[in-house]
Amino acid sequence: MKIIVCIKQVPDTAHVKLDPVTHTLKREGVASIINPFDLFALEAALRLREEAQGSIHVLSMGPPQAAEAIKEAIGYGVDEGLLLSDRAFAGADTWATTAALAAGVRMLGGADLVICGKQAVDGDTAQVGPGLAQRLGLPHVAFVKGWRECAADHLVVERQMDDGFDLVRLPLPGLMTVVREVGEPRPPSLKGKMRAKKYEVPLAGAAALGLGEAEVGLAGSFTQVVEVFAPPASGQRQMIEAPAEEAGRLVIDHLVRDQIIRLGS
Amino acid sequence: MALLIDKQKCSGCGACVEACPFEALSLADDKAQVNEACTLCGTCVDVCPEGALAVEEVTRAADDRAATSRGVWVFAEQRDGVLPEVVAELLGQGGRLAADLGVELSAVLLGHGVSGLAGELFALGAQTVYLADDPRLQYFNDDLYAEVLARLIALHGPEVLLAGATALGRSLIPRVATAAATGLTADCTGLAIDNQRRLLLQTRPAFGGNIMATIVCPLARPQMATVRPRVMKKAQRQEGASGRLVTMNLEAGLAAATQVLEMVRSLGEEVNLTAAEVVVVGGRGLGKPEGFDLVRHMAQELGGVVGATRGAVDAGWIGHAHQVGQTGRTIGPKLYIGLGVSGAVQHLVGMQSSEVIVAVNSDPNAPIFQVATYGIVGDLYSVAPAMLARLKELRG
Ligand SMILES: Cc1cc2nc3c(=O)[nH]c(=O)nc-3n(C[C@H](O)[C@H](O)[C@H](O)COP(=O)(O)OP(=O)(O)OC[C@H]3O[C@@H](n4cnc5c(N)ncnc54)[C@H](O)[C@@H]3O)c2cc1C
Ligand SMILES: Nc1ncnc2c1ncn2[C@@H]1O[C@H](COP(=O)(O)O)[C@@H](O)[C@H]1O
Repeated sequence: MKIIVCIKQVPDTAHVKLDPVTHTLKREGVASIINPFDLFALEAALRLREEAQGSIHVLSMGPPQAAEAIKEAIGYGVDEGLLLSDRAFAGADTWATTAALAAGVRMLGGADLVICGKQAVDGDTAQVGPGLAQRLGLPHVAFVKGWRECAADHLVVERQMDDGFDLVRLPLPGLMTVVREVGEPRPPSLKGKMRAKKYEVPLAGAAALGLGEAEVGLAGSFTQVVEVFAPPASGQRQMIEAPAEEAGRLVIDHLVRDQIIRLGS
Repeated sequence: MALLIDKQKCSGCGACVEACPFEALSLADDKAQVNEACTLCGTCVDVCPEGALAVEEVTRAADDRAATSRGVWVFAEQRDGVLPEVVAELLGQGGRLAADLGVELSAVLLGHGVSGLAGELFALGAQTVYLADDPRLQYFNDDLYAEVLARLIALHGPEVLLAGATALGRSLIPRVATAAATGLTADCTGLAIDNQRRLLLQTRPAFGGNIMATIVCPLARPQMATVRPRVMKKAQRQEGASGRLVTMNLEAGLAAATQVLEMVRSLGEEVNLTAAEVVVVGGRGLGKPEGFDLVRHMAQELGGVVGATRGAVDAGWIGHAHQVGQTGRTIGPKLYIGLGVSGAVQHLVGMQSSEVIVAVNSDPNAPIFQVATYGIVGDLYSVAPAMLARLKELRG
């Protein structure tokens, strides 16, 4: 089974701080990490390779420093990587991102299975996986939390829904996006780390992918950000200043008064 | 594509450096310079007092869809013949947008044996219902659902399409947008119309809720958005309202590539956090796994469900299905109660659209108090039992 995993390098949002005065993000010294959900995608790929043999390629679109994310993935034990990097890719929305990633998948000669994370923690869109599947003409299942069967021509996967889960047969070639439940990422191996150190990440720009400037980056995007602002402070806030027990009783009284809690049935 | 900096005009005042949400600007030799982190959002352009900054104009191929597309559509998701609450919310918001644009509000319904739901959609304000009722649509398969929706869009040309940011919506709609070759904004919490340009202003949190962004899709149509459940006001039911029903037949050759073998409902650890009216969340402040007994007790008393922070999940006190936040579920209940929750930004993004937030934490500086409607500084093991006792007292 040939697997391509799409990974994105993102700022470690756990350490992004909001400047209380200017309401802008302070990213000074904030490390870049592999999108946490993509680590689950990598783990799923590694488990599938153990089950069905084959190879794993990682694909990423990003600035030159995203090569670090690919090297890190090599450390986890993937076989090869490819970084799509070009000034022209800047400002890409999910439509322009999937244009580049689809070209990247084709450059790698396609795959039996493409795996994406559920969503990237910087944009939180969860759109790239399903969009990429459509671009590649592949069926997809999103929010996969595990699989029951893994055969040469199909997988049977568990798809997380809001009210439970569905068991879905995904024919291959196909694409899936995965959630945390597929498995905790293993630590990188020593052997992998050694290989990562020396690994030279192959690079491809728009021209090499056969993409024109109008198809990628901001120029190739349908959506535009027109405003960025601080989240509004939420409505009336009230600290209940009283000793613990008294405060507990008071808050219930407030909630009953506000008709948030109903006493009758 | 680039941010253009006119070094002659730049006075080196640093206003852009301050304003940039992405730290993409800095000063070098008293002139602004831009780095790779730039997303071309344009915030700096607006603050520059010298007018030295510009985002390079994009020359786009003409797209005549903006001139010809009309109408607001709502995707009426159904699962097993039931419309989730978000459909009423979408029709409520869709109705307001349609009124602003002076156009019709329609709903799109896909499934098998679901034609009976059309009446409910009329009652919720849809003037037209587009219905595809076919055995092949009985279960939700992304590829076939997307194909049918894309065909309906191509046929009727709506200018706006809204869907719920539910598991189903967030899986399906990106595929539809790609098939329809148009833009899509995920998980919106605010929608409005710019009447001058007939544009849908789509507002959503980004960067783990640290910032809000307003996004437009200027040329392509429809302008598509998934909308966070429990944020928009529901449509008022108009009993007995009727409308136009337009049915679409699926041609013989169409078939789904994926196949749903079984649907499994809320079993054991699977919790319907998204739909709950009351969520009581336990954090690491509980101190021990047994702390969740208290959380469960309170949830039960209030007819709610149990949520957890990642801190509590990682400690192994409760299953991940309960996790609320960026890497868990997004909730927007009527009442959120946090016991021993610090309120890390990754948690806040998943719950801050709750109507009323009650926070109990022993640390007066815990960030959760920034979003709390009612904050109590104190030991949760004193406060929560007192809350339960008072509730019992009042209920008699
Ligand atoms: C990429 C990423 C994604 C993440 N996604 C999520 C997510 O989806 N959801 C999520 O929740 N977190 C998420 N996190 C983790 C998040 O950053 C926090 O670590 C987590 O939310 C903290 O959980 P907590 O509030 O339970 O624990 P803590 O931060 O340890 O807070 C415990 C609080 O309890 C209080 N306390 C202690 N004892 C008592 C007592 N007796 N009575 C009252 N109060 C007491 C303390 O004052 C403290 O404020 C994510 C992190 C990363 C990096
Ligand atoms: N620039 C990128 N390069 C590679 N993969 C990406 C990129 N952006 C998104 N993805 C993949 O798509 C998933 C969903 O991302 P998003 O739609 O941005 O939330 C991620 O978890 C990645 O697997």
